[in-house]
Amino acid sequence: MQKIGVFVCWCGSNIAATVDVKKVAEVLKAEPGVVISENYQYMCSENGQALIRNAIKEHGLTGVVVCSCSPRMHEATFRKTCESAGLNPYMVEIANIREQCSWIHKDIEEATEKAIILGRSAIAKLKLNAPLTSGESAVVKRALVIGGGIAGIQSALDIAEAGFEVDIVEQSPTIGGNMAKLDKTFPTLDCAACILTPKMVDCAQNEKIDIMTFSEIESVKGFVGNFKVQIRRKARFVDEKKCTGCGECMQKCPSKKGLNDFNMGLNTRPAIYIPFAQAIPNVAIIDPEQCLKIKNGKCGLCAMKCNVNAIDYTQKDEIIEREYGAIVVATGYKPISLENFNEYGYSSYKDVVTSLELERLMNAAGPSDGHLVRPSDHKEPKVITFIQCVGSRDTSGCGKPYCSKICCMYTAKHAMLIREKYPDTEVHVFYIDVRTPGKNYDEFFRRAVEQYGVDYIKGMVGKVYEENGKLMVQGSDLINNEQVVIPSDLVVLAAAIEPNPSVRNIATMVTASIDTNNFLTEAHAKLRPVESPTAGIFLSGVCQGPKDIPETVSQASACAAKVIGLLAKDKLKCNACVSHSDEMLCTGCSVCANVCPYGAITYVDKEFRLGGGKTEVRRVATVNDAVCQGCGACTVACPSGAMDLKGFSNKQIMAEVDAICKR
Amino acid sequence: MQEINKEKKPLIVAFCCNWCSYAGADLAGSSRLSYPADVKIIRVPCSCRVNPMFILKAFQRGADGVIICGCHPGDCHYTTGNYYARRRMSLLFSMLDYLGIERERTRVEWVSAAEGAKFSKVMNEFASKINELGENKRLEDLRCKN
Repeated sequence: MQKIGVFVCWCGSNIAATVDVKKVAEVLKAEPGVVISENYQYMCSENGQALIRNAIKEHGLTGVVVCSCSPRMHEATFRKTCESAGLNPYMVEIANIREQCSWIHKDIEEATEKAIILGRSAIAKLKLNAPLTSGESAVVKRALVIGGGIAGIQSALDIAEAGFEVDIVEQSPTIGGNMAKLDKTFPTLDCAACILTPKMVDCAQNEKIDIMTFSEIESVKGFVGNFKVQIRRKARFVDEKKCTGCGECMQKCPSKKGLNDFNMGLNTRPAIYIPFAQAIPNVAIIDPEQCLKIKNGKCGLCAMKCNVNAIDYTQKDEIIEREYGAIVVATGYKPISLENFNEYGYSSYKDVVTSLELERLMNAAGPSDGHLVRPSDHKEPKVITFIQCVGSRDTSGCGKPYCSKICCMYTAKHAMLIREKYPDTEVHVFYIDVRTPGKNYDEFFRRAVEQYGVDYIKGMVGKVYEENGKLMVQGSDLINNEQVVIPSDLVVLAAAIEPNPSVRNIATMVTASIDTNNFLTEAHAKLRPVESPTAGIFLSGVCQGPKDIPETVSQASACAAKVIGLLAKDKLKCNACVSHSDEMLCTGCSVCANVCPYGAITYVDKEFRLGGGKTEVRRVATVNDAVCQGCGACTVACPSGAMDLKGFSNKQIMAEVDAICKR
Repeated sequence: MQEINKEKKPLIVAFCCNWCSYAGADLAGSSRLSYPADVKIIRVPCSCRVNPMFILKAFQRGADGVIICGCHPGDCHYTTGNYYARRRMSLLFSMLDYLGIERERTRVEWVSAAEGAKFSKVMNEFASKINELGENKRLEDLRCKN
């Protein structure tokens, strides 16, 4: 005889305001099998949990139904509560009467009725629950960090610091990411390279960290604690182990017309190159599209010049496989393409640049050695106009609906740096709103206006056109309620940022969820911001949402703490809700193994007694509990009905359907 | 028509996968994006866990509409589960159509964990369609008497 306890939570007024919790408890008490039905203000509180524990002991409960918030929120809490009172944790069912009832309905009668039905459905399911135990699996004590920008670097350094091995896989030829391209950083104006490159060097010198640049993730298999990852190490045509980074080859290379990606294409580089002076690894790479030897077999100058014989024109991509316990996604961002924003003239005029291009124009290691000149004629601009929110907060569909968060601050930084270095230059900024939350941020912005005399104009820009050699920026000034046209020498667009395009593919491989803007979704927006809903996958940096450097670094360290917490465990509890096969029904047809995404099903020959002393050997399916993730694909595919899923069995779900449809 | 609907409210069973759509429903809830109380959600680990039997059972038991929600194609937590669901359901739905259960009473939707607004919109649309269609009488004879 089952003894079920029902516990209805008020969640303060979150549930109680729209659901008559007392009535729910009272009605459910009459359900067959229910011996006690209580309601309490906060079931998740210590007192609420004590109420459940005491009831289990006092009434010898065999199962518990909690009518409360989503099971995604507190299922684990209540399972622990029951376990501590001696009840199997899987003898708990949650009726979601908050997210899926009280919060979306206004009519008390209607919501109460629905809550009762949801409670009945949970009771019906619980009656068919069986105590479950979960197996254990070992944890591979090595982490993978995808992306070698500041987020990936910080996460890797912190994980290595705790004594675990980390691999950084970076798609470009060097780590450093976008931050390596920046000139100065707000709000302190430190030089980006000065604070980033020591961290890059730390990574290179740390014996726990293995850096794989110019590499991409090919495939990811497995599950938390036991991921198997294939990594494609793309051919760079230079032996990474031999190359000393002397740069002799770059000088001799006759094919010098490649666009320099690191300088945002503002100047050129040879076919064999080192991305920038402090690149890690400090190793050359050949662009095969541009190399004369690889393209038409004539040249080979770099190989002749190389003292250490590092050049290898025949190098091929190599695929390596490694195992990891945890994966950190730190794929970062890129500025959006401006093809939808022709009104600003980015593709028509050379002197309309993006903010990231301006960073390179102002950087001492940039194309103009830090001397700010116009890309068109290399003359110093006298009037510079900044346009903010280019593609940010744009609901027209051309850009992104979100705020890119970093643009207000970097625009203030650019304006300030320009006025500091070239005091004769006039600087105008068109803005919608200036958003500067953050420590010392608003003070920084006010300095740009008050101390450096930057002209901020509230309003949007309609178009940019050329007239008499000037770029005419036509916009509205909402404060003075007038149209303005500013003849400028240089126009800088604060382009919105978007997740690195590679994240789409990676999210699919690691089965992390992604939102409509291609940002990775966190397990809980407030309480689990650095974890993906998929166990063992962690989020670091802008791949989760727009962030500036301090926020990125904080998140990267938080992410590392979560990874360390996971890798510090020797064993992990496996999912208890796994498939199992009824050997008496199984015909060994292999359909289940074919649909299993994890290869968890194998077949064994088993002897069955037929009676009368006779036996028969049959091939039957068997599920590896440590590998099965409990999706249930096999249960539906099985033609003989032998496969079922613990915790979500056919009977349990049918019982839920029944309870809901009963009226 | 309106009169009848007031007397007997439609009943909609929604199967939601734990990782995307159930989380999307939670987000709809925490964002207070309402949809009719006629919709009752059953949590399944993956849309591929939805056995066609569950849907038949729901209709037999008097459900007026059944909707299956899963992760977007390519985003399945279990990699390929939603593809199985999509195939199974397209077969099942044409069979149900043959049995006389209107095509509009069954639906498959992809709702991610970040799409609370979409979840609410889909449920509102589906519920109003079911309301328009009225009671599901085709399987009435087979219905078990409660």
